[in-house]
Amino acid sequence: MNTKIGYLIAIALLLVAPFAIYPVFLMKLLCFALFASAFNLILGYGGLLSFGHAAFFGGAAYVTGHALKVWGLPTELGILVGTAIAGVLGLAIGLLAIRRQGIYFAMITLAMAQMVYFFFISADFTGGENGLQGVPRGTALGFIDLQDNLNMYYFVLAIFALGYFIISRAVNSPFGQILSAIRDNEDRATSLGYDVDRYKLLAFVLSATLAGLAGSTKTVVFQLASLTDAHWHMSGEVVLMTLLGGLGTIVGPAVGAGIIVTLQNYLASGPLGAWVPVVLGIIFVICVLAFRRGVVGELREMLRKSF
Amino acid sequence: MKLTKYLAASASAVAMMASAAAAEISDGVVKIGLMTDMSATYSEVAGNGTVVAAQMAIDEFGGTVAGAPIELVTADHQNKADIAANKAREWGDTQQVDAFAELVTTSVALAVFEVAKQQNKIALVSGAASSPLTNDACIPTGLHWTYNTRALAVGTGAAVVKEGGDSWYFLTADYAFGDALQKDVTAVVEANGGSVLGASRHPFPSSDFSSFVLQAQASGAKVIGLANAGADTTNAIKAANEFGVIAGGQKVAALLAFLTDIKSLGLDVAQGLQLTVSFYWDMNDETRAWSQAFYEKTGKMPTGVQAGTYSAVRHYLKAIEATGSDDSETIVAKMREMPVEDMFANGGVLRSDGRMVHDMYLAEVKTPAESTGEWDLLKIVRTIPGEEAYGPLSESTCPTK
Repeated sequence: MNTKIGYLIAIALLLVAPFAIYPVFLMKLLCFALFASAFNLILGYGGLLSFGHAAFFGGAAYVTGHALKVWGLPTELGILVGTAIAGVLGLAIGLLAIRRQGIYFAMITLAMAQMVYFFFISADFTGGENGLQGVPRGTALGFIDLQDNLNMYYFVLAIFALGYFIISRAVNSPFGQILSAIRDNEDRATSLGYDVDRYKLLAFVLSATLAGLAGSTKTVVFQLASLTDAHWHMSGEVVLMTLLGGLGTIVGPAVGAGIIVTLQNYLASGPLGAWVPVVLGIIFVICVLAFRRGVVGELREMLRKSF
Repeated sequence: MKLTKYLAASASAVAMMASAAAAEISDGVVKIGLMTDMSATYSEVAGNGTVVAAQMAIDEFGGTVAGAPIELVTADHQNKADIAANKAREWGDTQQVDAFAELVTTSVALAVFEVAKQQNKIALVSGAASSPLTNDACIPTGLHWTYNTRALAVGTGAAVVKEGGDSWYFLTADYAFGDALQKDVTAVVEANGGSVLGASRHPFPSSDFSSFVLQAQASGAKVIGLANAGADTTNAIKAANEFGVIAGGQKVAALLAFLTDIKSLGLDVAQGLQLTVSFYWDMNDETRAWSQAFYEKTGKMPTGVQAGTYSAVRHYLKAIEATGSDDSETIVAKMREMPVEDMFANGGVLRSDGRMVHDMYLAEVKTPAESTGEWDLLKIVRTIPGEEAYGPLSESTCPTK
């Protein structure tokens, strides 16, 4: 009951937000919130630390950019193509990576993501270091002009809501329960008769696909895809967002993404301009030392204790 | 009631009189949004120094132009194109920024070009180097001021051959950028009667250049061209020094190196290196005077990117002063009409493809014995005329030229 009211308030706030806050900034926030939530699906619920999610985010970003700019596909279709490619990439990397656990899993995903990154540096269609620029935003459903920031915002909000809904359904379904069981004790899950690898792979592909959806949407918002999207810094950033917001909580990663993106954006033009990475680093250290459950995890714990 | 109305009317009349002088300046203030890399790779080459340089240009006008105050807002784009695009859009949409300045890193400059095109604002690019900015990717209000890869690479190539370095060997970063650079320079070297003996491609990025430098040394070429950038260039120069390349009679030509790279390498290591620069502080009385003022504020001598930012902002403000307007088309037309005359450029011409054509300089790094001070790093070997460095307008592939 409480969560329902919470969601209603959140939806109402998101609907009126662009009238108070600059919409392009909000769209960026939503894209990264979706990215972090998708990442949380395998880290928070599957217990797998992937260090290569930038490959899916960036891969989808480039494919969507190319589809819209060169092939001239409609916006929705371009996003779908990018998302699908991220899913295929997720399947390929996932098949290799889930054979190992812990640090080895992280290293394999990192290595694969670096390969993808170097492919994007040397491939012609990505524009190398210059990035893929000037991607047209196009129209939604053929008649809503997305060049208008407000229209674009509601379009992004719809995509975010869809992605978020899929994640929360997955987490609260029997599939999500089994995933948590695997995270807590893999051997026990196997002994109960579950095909552990299949569940892990499915979670990995789902997470990669939704990360791709976030990347594709980001390309449409900013009209560009650049190497930043595929760089391992991006993989690191999404880990940071998820841990800061609250690992294994459904809202946490979105909150974490909000904090990081806001800091990056607003510190950039303040007197702390040159210190953004340092500030983020200090926040991360404080988070790890003082409140390990992350912002949302810690709040939930406080609520649980006091009621 | 009557009284308040009367008061309001007279207040607005006074306000109108005050703003009459700035009638043509929309929202009564000229706002420049300067975006640069404050914390990462390019913070030495561009960074805070460009903010100081832009402020020096504004101070020269006493902080006002055509009766309107000049305001400078700055941001760190962290070398991320999406942060730059977001910030530029926000500045244009909600803060009435009239022009974007500096924009180091090509991906950032291209992203801001897209925003500038949609919002019809002026982009004064100084730090970004890629030639596409005034070719395929050009926009009518995008002005590329300080240098570009063609001027650095081709300028160095032609000038070195003319100085007698007619056989070349390349150390090339193994990706699109390095290939393009090598291709450009090869064409120029051959056009000037030189020959290319070979090339070694090294992974990007690399820290160990020994085997590549040995190959280059064994090739017997007179000149070793470094078709790479940043840390790769400095690492290659260090390796060349360790293997005594310059002492052995070969020359090393860096196709993309900055004053700050030389400064950090030190003269012992970098001596004899040839490079093309857009600006050097110790060229004449004017540059020395300006650079001294800059030095007092920052503790460093200015790089070409920093001096170029000053020049671009100054020329932009001069055009506003001359036209009394902040309409983008009017200003760009005026900027093209007036020659760029300041301590940075002498008789610079702003072309219709957005390129500011001015003389470049082939420089050689001094030996420790020649140097008389901490910042006495380069000697100018040859002035490269603007047309030769940037190529004629007919070569530009800009569709709106």
